[in-house]
Amino acid sequence: MSQKVLLNAKEVNIILHRLACQLIEKHNDFSKTVLIGLQPRGVFLANRIAQILRDDYKIKHIKLGYLDITFYRDDFRRSDKPLEANSTKIDFIVEDKNIVFVDDVLYTGRSIRAALTAVQSFGRPNEIELLTLIDRRFSRHLPIQPDYRGRQVDVINSEKVKVNWKEHDKEDAVYLIDK
Amino acid sequence: MSELSVNHLLGIKYLTKQDIKLIFETADHFKEVINRPIKKVPSLRDITIANLFFENSTRTKLSFELAEKRLSADVINFSSAQSSVKKGETLIDTVNNILSMKVDMVVMRHPNPGAGVFLSKHVNASIINAGDGAHEHPTQALLDSYSIREKLGEVKGKKVVIVGDILHSRVALSNIFALQLQGAEVMVCGPKTLIPKYINKLGVKVETNLKKALNWCDVANMLRVQNERMDITYFPSTREYTQQYGVNKALLDALDKEITIMHPGPINRGVEITSDVADSKQAIILDQVQNGVAVRMAVIYLLASKIKQ
Repeated sequence: MSQKVLLNAKEVNIILHRLACQLIEKHNDFSKTVLIGLQPRGVFLANRIAQILRDDYKIKHIKLGYLDITFYRDDFRRSDKPLEANSTKIDFIVEDKNIVFVDDVLYTGRSIRAALTAVQSFGRPNEIELLTLIDRRFSRHLPIQPDYRGRQVDVINSEKVKVNWKEHDKEDAVYLIDK
Repeated sequence: MSELSVNHLLGIKYLTKQDIKLIFETADHFKEVINRPIKKVPSLRDITIANLFFENSTRTKLSFELAEKRLSADVINFSSAQSSVKKGETLIDTVNNILSMKVDMVVMRHPNPGAGVFLSKHVNASIINAGDGAHEHPTQALLDSYSIREKLGEVKGKKVVIVGDILHSRVALSNIFALQLQGAEVMVCGPKTLIPKYINKLGVKVETNLKKALNWCDVANMLRVQNERMDITYFPSTREYTQQYGVNKALLDALDKEITIMHPGPINRGVEITSDVADSKQAIILDQVQNGVAVRMAVIYLLASKIKQ
């Protein structure tokens, strides 16, 4: 197994600020907007973006939720590993809100498909956008593209992209791992 | 460890401590799901479940059916009252006929102890025991423990007394297994005639004085007197039973602590429990019912994930 650094801590930081600014450009004061991090790994990115919006750009009221898609996945009984659920925490109404899904890596698009179904259980949103730190180009199984992307990468299927976060993995970095 | 060690839920005695932990953690997620505006997930959309009830049931059957539907499974229902069982068909024939319609999972209640185990050896489907005679009722015990965990934080170290008709109760036996597996202390309390002779072999305390039992416990699980299973007279009269083993407000107020009251239902108000106790804040009877759906969803989901395509 070999690994290569795709992004270091400084690059991750610059990209996070750019993504935050792009969100502000579209959503202004976030009064009609909610951020939803997808469990498990999108939550770290969502927390970080929300923190930057609050601390560096003084946006006071950020609504932030976490969505678990386990029960909505299309590979139940099809994958070798049992699917493990995480908690969902959405303590606001999404009816008529603009939702931004936040996930670390966009790969086949199947998680996002599941998230689109899952979020319907919380009401009918006005619109849904997708923010992702890493966009794995040419590997999509579904017609799903990000609205905000950190970095687009070309990765073959036998390789894995791993996003590390300071609060969980002791450093901010993105690695390309050859399995 | 995120898979059950078993392919069927036939009784608590076949489960491990880790199985129970996994079921409870999964149930936590489902409890959140059933409190959403839209209380349904599509996980089991390609699974068909048959509910076979060879014995009457209202609550358990509704709870299972609701759990199945909230997981988007297809459900067929069968009650022996309106079936060919009355015409002399055997259990295996009945079930095989149903399975030939491509059913993946069977939830069964049957008056004979061991019916689920027997079936699991002869048919090719995942079996959930929804009560077999006076043997086991595993999902009831799981939801009881889950409700204790929810109310008191954990089951380990808690003192639980099961009061009433222990002799005819599958709820009692499954609860004893489940509580002991999780490290709780268990006592049974009731008239001597309704306590099985060798119950102490299971490592439970036996008490015939209700007041002493209530003073000892953190949780009292009140069972119904199962008149329909009684072939002889086990106590002189219902009135006398109530005087000796019925829980009322005065009895609870006389204790120096507040204990939690549970009941698996259906309640005989005024017999094993008075109305003011059943409707008080100490009683978590309706929480048990709500948790029943979440726990059954967890059991069905975890067993379904082991059915290979």
